[in-house]
Amino acid sequence: MRSFLKKFYLFFIFVLLYAPIITLIVLSFNSSRTRAKWGGFSLKWYAALFENEQILQALYNTLLIALLSALIATVIGTMAALALNSMKLRTRTFWMSMVNIPMLNAEIVTGISLMMLFIALGNFLSMFGGSVTFGFTTILIGHITFNLPYVVLSVMPKLRQVNPSTYEAALDIGASPVYAFFKVVLPDIMPGVLSGFLLAFTLSLDDFVITHFVKGPGVDTLSTKIYSEVRKGIKPEMYALSTLVFVAVLLLLLIINYKPKTKKAGNTSEKY
Amino acid sequence: MKKRNLLILAGVIPAMLLTGCGGGGSEKTADAGQVIVYNWGEYLDPETLDMFTEETGIEVVYEEFETNEIMYPKIETGAVAYDVVCPSDYMIQKMIQNDLLAEINFDNVPNIKNIGEEYMKSSREFDPENKYSVPYCWGTVGILYNKTMVDEPVTSWDILWDEKYKDNILMQDSVRDALGIALKRLGYSLNTTSEDEIAEAADTLIEQKPLVQAYVIDQVRDKMIGDEAALGVIYSGEAIYTQRENENLEYVIPEEGSNIWIDSWVIPKNAKNKENAEAFINFMCEPEIALMNFDYITYSTPNTAARELIEDEDIRNSTIAFPPASELERCETFQYLGDEVDNIYNEYWNKVKSS
Amino acid sequence: MTKGKSKWLLSGPFLVWTAAFIIIPLAIIVYYGLTTAEGSFTLANIAEIGRPENIKALLLALLLSLVSTVICLLMAYPLAMTLCSLKFNANGLIVMIFIVPMWMNFLLRTLAWQTLLEKTGVINMILEALHLPTLNIINTPYAIVLGMVYNFLPFMLLPIYNSLIKIDKNVVNAARDLGANSFQTFWHITFPLSLPGVISGITMVFVPSLTTFVISDLLGGAKILLIGNVIEQKFKQGNNWNVGSGLSLVLMVFILISMAIMHKYDKDGEGVTL
Repeated sequence: MRSFLKKFYLFFIFVLLYAPIITLIVLSFNSSRTRAKWGGFSLKWYAALFENEQILQALYNTLLIALLSALIATVIGTMAALALNSMKLRTRTFWMSMVNIPMLNAEIVTGISLMMLFIALGNFLSMFGGSVTFGFTTILIGHITFNLPYVVLSVMPKLRQVNPSTYEAALDIGASPVYAFFKVVLPDIMPGVLSGFLLAFTLSLDDFVITHFVKGPGVDTLSTKIYSEVRKGIKPEMYALSTLVFVAVLLLLLIINYKPKTKKAGNTSEKY
Repeated sequence: MKKRNLLILAGVIPAMLLTGCGGGGSEKTADAGQVIVYNWGEYLDPETLDMFTEETGIEVVYEEFETNEIMYPKIETGAVAYDVVCPSDYMIQKMIQNDLLAEINFDNVPNIKNIGEEYMKSSREFDPENKYSVPYCWGTVGILYNKTMVDEPVTSWDILWDEKYKDNILMQDSVRDALGIALKRLGYSLNTTSEDEIAEAADTLIEQKPLVQAYVIDQVRDKMIGDEAALGVIYSGEAIYTQRENENLEYVIPEEGSNIWIDSWVIPKNAKNKENAEAFINFMCEPEIALMNFDYITYSTPNTAARELIEDEDIRNSTIAFPPASELERCETFQYLGDEVDNIYNEYWNKVKSS
Repeated sequence: MTKGKSKWLLSGPFLVWTAAFIIIPLAIIVYYGLTTAEGSFTLANIAEIGRPENIKALLLALLLSLVSTVICLLMAYPLAMTLCSLKFNANGLIVMIFIVPMWMNFLLRTLAWQTLLEKTGVINMILEALHLPTLNIINTPYAIVLGMVYNFLPFMLLPIYNSLIKIDKNVVNAARDLGANSFQTFWHITFPLSLPGVISGITMVFVPSLTTFVISDLLGGAKILLIGNVIEQKFKQGNNWNVGSGLSLVLMVFILISMAIMHKYDKDGEGVTL
């Protein structure tokens, strides 16, 4: 009974989460351009997608920015969490609040203030013959900035669960702090680091407002592309792309998940 | 990982930032063969861009925006030096007033002759001497209604206040459009600066609110096609498309008059490739190109020569795409009324939304 | 935990980054928030929050995000516990199943919800075919809450899952051996140990949902005004960065204070590991 309830609950949330995704997938095969009407089955949006270099380029940019920004934010954020954890309470509260600011500001505020910063920086650098070009780098910086609080917030709780005595014990038996960190602390906080990375990646994929203000001409992400289509109606090519991305991710997950199972054998039937 | 490596890592990141910012500087300095275009999303046939490059050798860097308001700060702050932008009427006026636009050298845009005189005249409402802008697309705002759900003739904005259609009305979710409708219904100008008139219009909108199913901008299209509502406020350019998808839909410009809008090409003052920009605008005014774009986006073209090339007679003579002058006389373009009056509009709109 | 030089090394990149890309932009906002368009000092932008519409917008935003946060918590906690107890979840990858939907674009996802929930939408078509009463939550606050819960659920799930997965089973078993029932074990052992994760989750759901408005526009029919709308409108329509910044400052201070209070309880709850 209990296990049935559990399964039912999982199933319920699963349906909730995937209902819109299924809708997207169905719409990608809709020959009509509007989401409001079923015009018959068609693969034309997939064909159109592969001819649309702009969308493919935007996909590449999106993935690269998401990956890089999540990676860098995870490194900086994890280091920050470690540093914060060893700070005195008051200093820690101050820096925690600072790092949270991109999260608690309305996106447009973060976006415009970053744009102003880059303009100011450009003016400053122009005194030395440099300049700031709005483009890939500025988008990346923007994304790392708004990703940081999520990484810190993911790592912090794990860090608090770490027993400091194991780390100190490692130091006592002669490990260098760095060695002790990688051998003792990191494995313990790894789930937090990973989920920080995942959340950062997820956020970066979706961001539109901040990207809009810090991007330059010719560099598009999927989000900016999709939003710019809003006035004339979103093209179903985007649904087709989402479907493909989704299927790819799902396959990847299954492959990774499948491997260890075959070794253990026995519970392969319990696929979710 | 040794301690030293960590140290290097710590140093690399800030250094990377700075070199990353500074290093990129040289790549975008204006070499002669480039034009940076900032246009509405999906607002021209991408093929025309390739044709332009083929014909002139000028490379197009293309970027898109989704509202006038989100485009403006990027121009105002000079964050990026765009060469050609396509804002709407009132925004062009605002940009002129804030000294953000360069005068176009019409010697380089001989194709301006293809643009109908009536559109140049309408343009003078926001660009008094036709110095800064070249019309690209235009249209009206009206009511789209579903013939199976509305049985009486739709002639007036009043129908949006009719209790019968409670929860079946889609209103525009933008300050000027929504208040403009209410102002027109009351017989005022949609460019009024009188706070009393704005307040009165806002009161009628508050009165209307319980009848409204949703305030929407771009969702009207899909919702009307899907029979979600009986009446919706929409741009004429979308009306043709929605009718194609759902034959029960009909578009009218109410008799009290409405808004006529024009999106035009302009050149920002800080443009680095002004001549290329003019070449681009000129190319867009060529009848064949304008026709391609009209076919692609279905928004009315001010290019009279292009209109004559439209093969489909129904579209060429469509009163939705090209309403008769008598209907247009009742329409006004939006004007930029200054930040102060804008704030009054916003305040009253907020009152409507929070009521 | 870390000492001397290595501590500086750790915090170095973070401090530099925070100073450059968070504190300086913040200073820009503060400057705009405390000056008039002409650049002279004023508190008028801050006082703008006192307008009845703005107070109402703030309260509504608070209410909606509070409700969404509570629902997220109530949904995510049992989910995380269930996931932790799954036998075949050896490498935690199952959790990914609950994140992947969020990799589809936000706008597309939300529009898909429209397609599902509308009067003539998919759900109602199914209900009608089954001769069941139709569901009319589109363009109501219920749809807004649904949208928020949907979009923020992973931000609650992940931190809770992470703090649950590593709880020493022996502690739980020990409690059981000592005669605690499952509720007592949960309340006295499991929940307190997962508290840091819960607090992170609450922060990551509550705070961002306070300033969003796109969900309310698309699923709520834009019929209510939220504080996020007001701020965005000040920046965009009115081109009034001063008032917009002033309002953001108020909101920022407000959130920071509530977080400080929360962290105080957090600290009282488990000062042990520090």
